[in-house]
Amino acid sequence: MEHEITLVVNGTARRVRVPARRLLSDCLRHDLGLTGTHVGCEHGVCGCCTVLLEGRPVRSCLTFAVTVDGAEITTVEGLAGSDGRLSAVQRAFAECHGLQCGFCTPGFLCTVTALLADNPVPTDDEVIEGISGNLCRCTGYQNIVKAVHRAAELRAEET
Amino acid sequence: MTTKLFGEPVQRREDPRLLTGQGRYLDDLGREALAAAFVRSPHAHARIRDIDVGPALDVEGLVAVYTWEDLPERVGRALPLLIPHPALTHGRTAYPLAREVVRHVGEPVVMVVATDRYAAEDACALIEVDYELRKPVVGLEEAVHGAQLVHEDVPGNVGAHLVQEVPAPGGHGAREAIEAAPHTLSFRLDIERSASMPLEGRGVYARWDGRDLRVYSSTQTSTSVRMAVAAALGLPLPQVEVIAPDVGGGFGVKIVHPWPEEVLVPWAAMTLGREVKWAEDRREHFISSAHERAQVQHVRVGFDDEGRVLGLDVSILHDHGAYTPYGIIVPIVTSTQLLGPYRVGAYRVEFTAVYTNTVQVTPYRGAGRPQGVFCMERTMDKIARHLGKDRTAVREANFIRPEEFPYDQGMIFQDGRPLIYDSGDYPEMLRMIKELIGWDSFERRPGRGIGIGCYVEGTGVGPYEGGHVQITSDGRVHVSTGLTSQGQGHETAFAQIAAAELGVPIERVSVVTGDTRRFAYAVGTFASRAAVVSGNAIALACRKVREKALRIAADALEADPADLDIADGLVHVAGTPSASIPLSTVAVLANPLRYAFDEEAAKATQFSGTASPDRPPVAEGEEPGLEGRDYYSPIRSTFAAGMHAAVVETDPDTAEIKVVRYAVVHDCGRLINPMIVEGQIHGGVAQGIGGALYERMVYDQHGQLVNASFMDFLMPYATEVPHVETDHLETPSPLNPLGIKGAGEAGVIPVSAVIASAVEDAEGFAVDRMPISPSELFEARRRNRG
Ligand code: FES
Ligand code: FES
Repeated sequence: MEHEITLVVNGTARRVRVPARRLLSDCLRHDLGLTGTHVGCEHGVCGCCTVLLEGRPVRSCLTFAVTVDGAEITTVEGLAGSDGRLSAVQRAFAECHGLQCGFCTPGFLCTVTALLADNPVPTDDEVIEGISGNLCRCTGYQNIVKAVHRAAELRAEET
Repeated sequence: MTTKLFGEPVQRREDPRLLTGQGRYLDDLGREALAAAFVRSPHAHARIRDIDVGPALDVEGLVAVYTWEDLPERVGRALPLLIPHPALTHGRTAYPLAREVVRHVGEPVVMVVATDRYAAEDACALIEVDYELRKPVVGLEEAVHGAQLVHEDVPGNVGAHLVQEVPAPGGHGAREAIEAAPHTLSFRLDIERSASMPLEGRGVYARWDGRDLRVYSSTQTSTSVRMAVAAALGLPLPQVEVIAPDVGGGFGVKIVHPWPEEVLVPWAAMTLGREVKWAEDRREHFISSAHERAQVQHVRVGFDDEGRVLGLDVSILHDHGAYTPYGIIVPIVTSTQLLGPYRVGAYRVEFTAVYTNTVQVTPYRGAGRPQGVFCMERTMDKIARHLGKDRTAVREANFIRPEEFPYDQGMIFQDGRPLIYDSGDYPEMLRMIKELIGWDSFERRPGRGIGIGCYVEGTGVGPYEGGHVQITSDGRVHVSTGLTSQGQGHETAFAQIAAAELGVPIERVSVVTGDTRRFAYAVGTFASRAAVVSGNAIALACRKVREKALRIAADALEADPADLDIADGLVHVAGTPSASIPLSTVAVLANPLRYAFDEEAAKATQFSGTASPDRPPVAEGEEPGLEGRDYYSPIRSTFAAGMHAAVVETDPDTAEIKVVRYAVVHDCGRLINPMIVEGQIHGGVAQGIGGALYERMVYDQHGQLVNASFMDFLMPYATEVPHVETDHLETPSPLNPLGIKGAGEAGVIPVSAVIASAVEDAEGFAVDRMPISPSELFEARRRNRG
């Protein structure tokens, strides 16, 4: 049986019909065409599929789309400003070479965006703790950690 | 080189799209395509008695179900053995869908095509396969025992056996040299299975328009997939194009081709006349792609009082899994690269590659080198311990000296060519790593140790790569090369090369890789070869284009080409900046026109008066357009090198191992982009730490991979990876125009050796197995200390 739900994705209300078992990750990617959210495991470990649900990071592969009917969701496509200017976190990842293949990157960007909203000036340990739910097979994390600190700086300059 | 771009940490040109969700990975394509899913064997070894697809036929959305018997003869053939070798006397490959027998858990048995993946998986779940179980062969010992066979026609499970001997200058063999040596040691080393494990799995998406086939694959070699698919489907090559879109990591596993799915998905698309797509899920990746590393090594070494190795005799047991599509490259690389930066008196190495009922073994980043380096570096540490010498002093005593290059190791390398090191400076590198880690001032205490590991990596293997460079009449530079990218930043590094060679701003350069529509001749991305082979090919192609541009500009400016230079996209007379012509105009003039499509183009039309009436518009030997193509085919491999050192602390109670410092000195010849090279090293070290401390593929006696998920196969998170301190040495390669050597695999190669060395130092007993977990260290303490 299909259900009609509304997701407010990156500020736009989207109506979509999905079966109850449709994962939020599949709904975003295949029903709404927002393929920036990636799936690396579909069992909740890698963090590639992380999106912001009401501002908090969640694993969209462990979430049924029907359970978030009416919710506000931000995906990687919604992180840049409406003028297309990259967010501080996105710019910091580019500047610090925080990505290689880019497959884990959307999950990290969402996670870090929420992290810095909570804790604008994290310590090194807090950064590592904050990203410790996301796997990256390419970068060895060093430049990701650097990028998080740089993003904190860029955010501070902007406000 | 006219600009400073080469060697600069230029920011990556691929990042803006990858940071905004605009990357296009395999499963981001083909939204309307049908979805394929596979019924895979739940047994490690069985005969298929019957397949009943009946119960699946009612699933809503089902389109087709195929077993091996449904495949046309050509499609159903055994997959190719990609790299034959005379020593691989019993090479065996799988069928695209299992034919009668399954030989590992995960082998594909039935393909289902449906309107979406959910429906395809529903159907898979209803298909009943009746298996007659056979006893599986699991683990090296059981394989060698040979009581059970993986392939009925492969006696003793032995796929390949190879002995290589390099006698001492006086003619003595290694065994003789060891017997005659003042000191001898013998020991056994064990390395377990791991895997590339890119975060994006494999995937294939195919479109057939009734005449032409387009295949997208998450591959490390689109040109070879193209040839393999054309051959398997019986299509003329020009009717097949293969594109590697953005690829979410490869690390070796995606060099294998054609995967069963790369044949079956395009075939289904042709048969059904519909687009078909398959994206691998994580469990599938664990049980049906490829693994690496597993080896057992028996070592005997003879040495003198200084620790100089007089004879080394290594015999390697290599677990190949169920099939050998990639030949015996991994144990060959182990055997040859084991020697590292050292000259040994006499060397004998023998390997036996055996089949087991497990996932096939093909190269994973490092490709056999981590095992070889583990062997050699453990040997160096044992010699030092035996003689009571500093571990670095023993290494130093065995180094090839800087003045001895080119140095011939007397063996045949993985490219079939002599193992001759091109350049290097190992004593200087040792000095640098000791300084970086503070070797001489290290304060040792129980539970705190320091370790070191050295390696040489043959990089940039042939046969060749090519580059095509075109400057269009808008002044933009379009570069393409056939090999693929999986995160190495090729779009940036190759643009740096082209911008520097042509004297144009990098913003005007765009690079396409892995698209056979743009460049059809290539080998692929593996063996740290992309920068070396494609990089040089692109530089050579740029030089051709530059020469042509100068010739045309010289005509237009009535100057001598030798007096011209290009800067910022302008060809100008050296010393007279006002006498110049933009490359965009040169591109217009390079293509004599009849029809003007814009104002610029009008300059090249037949009444514009720019061409001499005494010559044909396109002179003899010339071609229209400002473009060029060239190839680089190395005479043999380049040899990068590196030395790593680490400080570890071990917990006295929990036996937890913490890497508190990690230092790398690295020599990959001239650096194109140091930021990218460092990133490659960081990532390699992280994978190495995984392999040394956490990652292993655990098979039970039934051949079930019991940890086939990210929950149980422990890849390091940020919390497990140490900060990596790096320093670079640059000894340019004399073998190629750019003097570069390649860096992709470097970081991972010596890590297990380094960690073993450091843990051994902290604990005071030998560490001869990798990976080592806290519970294994705990047990080892009990064994060694009672
Ligand atoms: S795909 Fe959701 S956590 Fe891995
Ligand atoms: S950049 Fe490739 S997995 Fe993180």
